[in-house]
Amino acid sequence: MHQLAFLADSSWITFDVDSFRQQFWDNTFNGLTFGAIYALIAIGYTLVYGVLQLINFAHSEVFITGAYALVFTLTGLGFSGSPPGLGAGALIADLIVAMLAAMLASGVIAVVLERVAYRPLRNRGAPRLAFLITAIGMSFTIQYLFFIWRGASAEPAVIMFVPTPVFEVFGATITDQQLVIVVAAIVLMVLTDMFVNRTRFGRGVRAVAQDPDTATLMGVNKERVILLTFLLGGILAGAAALFYVMKVPSGVVFNGGFVLGIKAFAAAVLGGIGNIRGAVLGGLLIGVVGNYGQTLLGNAQWSDVIAFVVLVVVLMFRPTGILGESLGKARA
Amino acid sequence: MTTSQAARPRRAGRLGEWWNNLPRPQQWAALVPIVVLIYFLPVLNPPLLTTEPYTNFPIAMVHAAELAMVAIGLNVVVGQAGLLDLGYVGFFAVGAYVAALLTSKDSMLHKLPYLATLPLAMVVTMLAGVLLGLPTLRLRGDYLAIVTLGFGEIVRLLATIVPDLKGQVGFQAVGHPPGTKADGSPIFAANNGTPWYWLVVTLIIILLLFVGNLERSRVGRAWVAIREDEDAAELMGVPTFKFKLWAFAIGAAIGGLSGALVAGQTGFMNNQNFSVAFSVLYLAAVILGGSGNKVGVMVGAFIVSYIPDRFTNLSDRKYLIFGLFLVVLMIFRPQGLLGARQRLLSRGRQAYQRLIGRGEQISSESSVAPSGEEGRPA
Repeated sequence: MHQLAFLADSSWITFDVDSFRQQFWDNTFNGLTFGAIYALIAIGYTLVYGVLQLINFAHSEVFITGAYALVFTLTGLGFSGSPPGLGAGALIADLIVAMLAAMLASGVIAVVLERVAYRPLRNRGAPRLAFLITAIGMSFTIQYLFFIWRGASAEPAVIMFVPTPVFEVFGATITDQQLVIVVAAIVLMVLTDMFVNRTRFGRGVRAVAQDPDTATLMGVNKERVILLTFLLGGILAGAAALFYVMKVPSGVVFNGGFVLGIKAFAAAVLGGIGNIRGAVLGGLLIGVVGNYGQTLLGNAQWSDVIAFVVLVVVLMFRPTGILGESLGKARA
Repeated sequence: MTTSQAARPRRAGRLGEWWNNLPRPQQWAALVPIVVLIYFLPVLNPPLLTTEPYTNFPIAMVHAAELAMVAIGLNVVVGQAGLLDLGYVGFFAVGAYVAALLTSKDSMLHKLPYLATLPLAMVVTMLAGVLLGLPTLRLRGDYLAIVTLGFGEIVRLLATIVPDLKGQVGFQAVGHPPGTKADGSPIFAANNGTPWYWLVVTLIIILLLFVGNLERSRVGRAWVAIREDEDAAELMGVPTFKFKLWAFAIGAAIGGLSGALVAGQTGFMNNQNFSVAFSVLYLAAVILGGSGNKVGVMVGAFIVSYIPDRFTNLSDRKYLIFGLFLVVLMIFRPQGLLGARQRLLSRGRQAYQRLIGRGEQISSESSVAPSGEEGRPA
């Protein structure tokens, strides 16, 4: 009988339906903000997967490299734990400089990763498992390089500005921070989508994703396309780093990218890996659903659990994700 | 005999060939001194091998043996069936918590004798493996990797969030096997590695016999077929889902057993031992030694466990070292230190030769068939 008491014990799992109902819209909008960040990272996973059929586990470290670069740049520009008293123009200029630095760092590390770790394997025609294990190995290598360099504690918080409420929707306040993140992320995603679907380079990316050999025969430089894909994913991860630090000022720690990366990858799979719009949809969904779970179950860590449960449930019914796979065909 | 030897891939190595050609009784006879030596390692404490003064040598050997058991379990999943499981630490955690919940005074459950929790831990983790496998094993390899990774995280998070699992506070005084010394102190104490080492090594030998027999059976052949080409295996009539589920369940059970052993040996269990990093370390052990090769993965586990214990100034860099190691290994020796890939090819060749009626000439049968069945060259 003790076992039953154990399971029925009120301290096991409790559902806080009341606060869930009260904070529903707050949760939704906040979840969309996090979801936008996941989506930006998820695009990096999805692009690489679309082209190489490789889960780039080290993409989370590409992201955290950007976050480190961002924090260093902002600290260099005089930002610290208290919001700087800058005018809007100067603040935006500083943030853009920091974002460019983060994009540069992430982009460079992504390209280096490709050249150092994945390309030798491709040249040897290694099996897919080898790529995956290399990716895991690189992820750990970069993580623990940061650990040795910066130690186990997080970087000091960098506050960019204090979120101020702008307007209310359904009783939930929307802050300027949420607006900035969501709008900027949407602009970046639309740009990426247009880049892949409308430009010559993008056509190359889609061609390689559909059929690398035929694409090569048609004159597409496959190696350049792969490099470009990693670079693009890195740049978006750098942008995501800005928004992440904006939202979680003291979240830059050597393994801080890992769980975020796993959730972003889950988002990419959820929407249909290899599909940019799927990654966006999956990211937003994971963000929102995770936030609901967090309020309903009363602990922030539930958001990760919920994200994975949703992923497994969706994969059971739609094994290729909500919007289906394939970068090449996802144009509808 | 000569034909098949010439046909065998060079990489198989002369030593392995010679070993596989020995009759089974001779193999056993040769193994006995090795096993005895392994048993007495913590007592002998050989000067060059010893990890003292950094780490107590018997304790270091227990760590190595525990990791070897984990590696054998993970090898069934990754090495035999070719399913990339990145959440293996989750099964380990389930086993550890079964032992802790049922023996520690901090838990509100009925108490059981420690030794009774070992089979129970295996059963519970096996169920967990089946429950995780049922929805996920129909997914393709990459998806499976991410879902298992998620499972590992979920187990760790649950251990943190659910109040009855006590998070970081953990469970003190997890049980241990019965028996006391003359002065009344328990034989199986946390600071006394040798008895634990003997227990773990004995269990490893039993597991090796069990897993080895599985490997040589229809199940093992199905696993190899799935690993090499799942679609082809399915087309040839192998019920791939069923056998993948079996691999998952057996691997999980072994992981649970090692979790329960580690919980008993350290006498303390909290949520700090189950991060994804451990899954990767386990995987590093399997890949490093040579996935699919039981001896290889044990060697890999020994290296992964021994190096941080021996060179303690390296221990906080072990993830860096083993991460880099994985990358370099994949480029230069993807099959690991002791690879096992070529076994399937030799089996295929034997089958072919048997088909064209030259079965009696095969030399390396002992690596494939159970002893004493086939005509063996004198």
